[in-house]
Amino acid sequence: MEWLALSPDEWNAVRLSLRVSFWATIASLPFGIWIAYVLARREFWGKSLLNGIVHLPLILPPVVTGYLLLLTFGRRAPVGSFLDSAFGIVFSFRWTGAALACGIMAFPLMVRAIRLSIEAVDRKLEAAAGTLGASPAWVFATVTLPLILPGIIAGMILAFAKAMGEFGATITFVSNIPGETQTLPSAIYTFTQVPGGEFGALRLTLVSVSIAMVALIASEVMARRLAKRIAVE
Amino acid sequence: MTISVNLNKRLGSFALNASFASSGRLTALFGQSGSGKTSLVNLIAGLTKPDHGRITVGDRVLVDTEKRIFRPAHKRRIGYVFQDARLFPHLTVSHNLRYGRWFAPQGERYADMDSVVELLGIGHLLGRRPDGLSGGEKQRVAIGRALIASPRLMLMDEPLAALDDARKAEILPYIERLRDETKIPIIYVSHSVAEVARLANDVVILSDGRVLSHGSAADVLARHDLLPASEKGEAGALIELVVAEQEPAYGLTFLRSAGGEWRLPRIKAATGSKVRVRVRARDVMLATEKPAGISALNVLEGVVTGIETGEGPDVLVTLACGDDRLFSRITRRSLEAMALRNGQHLYLVIKAVSFEGGAVAFRHAAAVD
Repeated sequence: MEWLALSPDEWNAVRLSLRVSFWATIASLPFGIWIAYVLARREFWGKSLLNGIVHLPLILPPVVTGYLLLLTFGRRAPVGSFLDSAFGIVFSFRWTGAALACGIMAFPLMVRAIRLSIEAVDRKLEAAAGTLGASPAWVFATVTLPLILPGIIAGMILAFAKAMGEFGATITFVSNIPGETQTLPSAIYTFTQVPGGEFGALRLTLVSVSIAMVALIASEVMARRLAKRIAVE
Repeated sequence: MTISVNLNKRLGSFALNASFASSGRLTALFGQSGSGKTSLVNLIAGLTKPDHGRITVGDRVLVDTEKRIFRPAHKRRIGYVFQDARLFPHLTVSHNLRYGRWFAPQGERYADMDSVVELLGIGHLLGRRPDGLSGGEKQRVAIGRALIASPRLMLMDEPLAALDDARKAEILPYIERLRDETKIPIIYVSHSVAEVARLANDVVILSDGRVLSHGSAADVLARHDLLPASEKGEAGALIELVVAEQEPAYGLTFLRSAGGEWRLPRIKAATGSKVRVRVRARDVMLATEKPAGISALNVLEGVVTGIETGEGPDVLVTLACGDDRLFSRITRRSLEAMALRNGQHLYLVIKAVSFEGGAVAFRHAAAVD
């Protein structure tokens, strides 16, 4: 069973993938809730355009998304150079760039899950909270948010899973640097490209499967618990 | 506190055009479904904006389109009890009850949680979640939630509509206590004459978005021409009786009024207490001579003060029995056969069983004011 033990490089890839996915999910969550709320509740000019842009990464080839990110956030690209000189934030060829790419690729899934749960909220409950003296911000915090929690968690888990598997946009944007930008999928890809890499690829594949299973089961359990707590009248 | 409403609002093809003022403790908004009752209440609550108009409660202006004043719902301090209880499913009963209190300004939290819980009899539910409650329990918690927010005005939009008769009977006494024991003015939406007669001091009748009539409950409910077709049979007089004696052997209560003596199905009230009774016009039979050998328990003497013929086969006869005013609906045929005329002396015959339990006769702690 020795062949199952992960090498330090492989551990690095697993840890990096978890870190990238975690931050991709956490950092995109506030935007995800905001965009989902706007799409679910507001009517405005250009709504379908916004909807289209949010869903674009789902439809475009990942390589195209990665290339667009390179064009925007690369060292010499307009936004990238501004962020670098003004705040010292660099995305290209860093793990943060991988997180950005994963976050953007996972964003439509997250928004979709949250938007559906916002649309399912009984707005009469929000009106009731308003008559009890809660301002719109308080209504959101004390009624809407708790009611959409299952949707938010589902969205986060979907986003996390998507980020764990993201490959095309990441490798295009931040390349495949062991220890910095080599995530699980990139590492597996690398193994398949070199002779004698079969065992490495298999080990990482098993890790991938385990993480995916744990995430799925966790989401099931959490959804069930929340459904029990927030049984709709 | 005077509530004054004068507004119009267009909702698709429906136009609401309502104007009334009421200082009654419980004002009933009465009308068929589709008459604009809920739209009106939503406008008062601030959930919708009127196209034009003004709403004031006491000296507080809630809306004045001319002066461009619109106080949003959360700043109106109006307790709203919805038809569907709308309890927050993610909170316990206790947290639901406390929700509004938290948002009320410190100095204005007059409502005491414990006494409201006691008033509504919901102490045993505090730890539960809304989904485990019965319809009647939910509605009581919803009333409590609105009360504990210390509102300046309560709106109740058919709070009993979704409940069966047993649940209604369970909640009505609580609403009566709310009316009699707190000082909060209440606007109560209903399409049931029985409910309105039991609860209201003032009545506003809405039809097709317009106010058909408003005034004291006794005056408005006598006008069967104002009531919707399905409720015309419920029109009648509201009179006040004093409990003289209980007759437990027969399950009856003996009462006196200015107009005479009454025997009604048992009313749970102490001797000497006043009760309000609705005598439906259709239940009152007229006789020119004192009837004898009949089963009906109530025979009163009265004088005809008015005869109103309508389009139908029936006429409405108004009678004065002492200081009480009663109504009788009879056919035009009987009217002619008996040759009734104003000032004629008559006997009124009313079966005790026509007052089914608490539906027509009820405890009324405070006099009609």
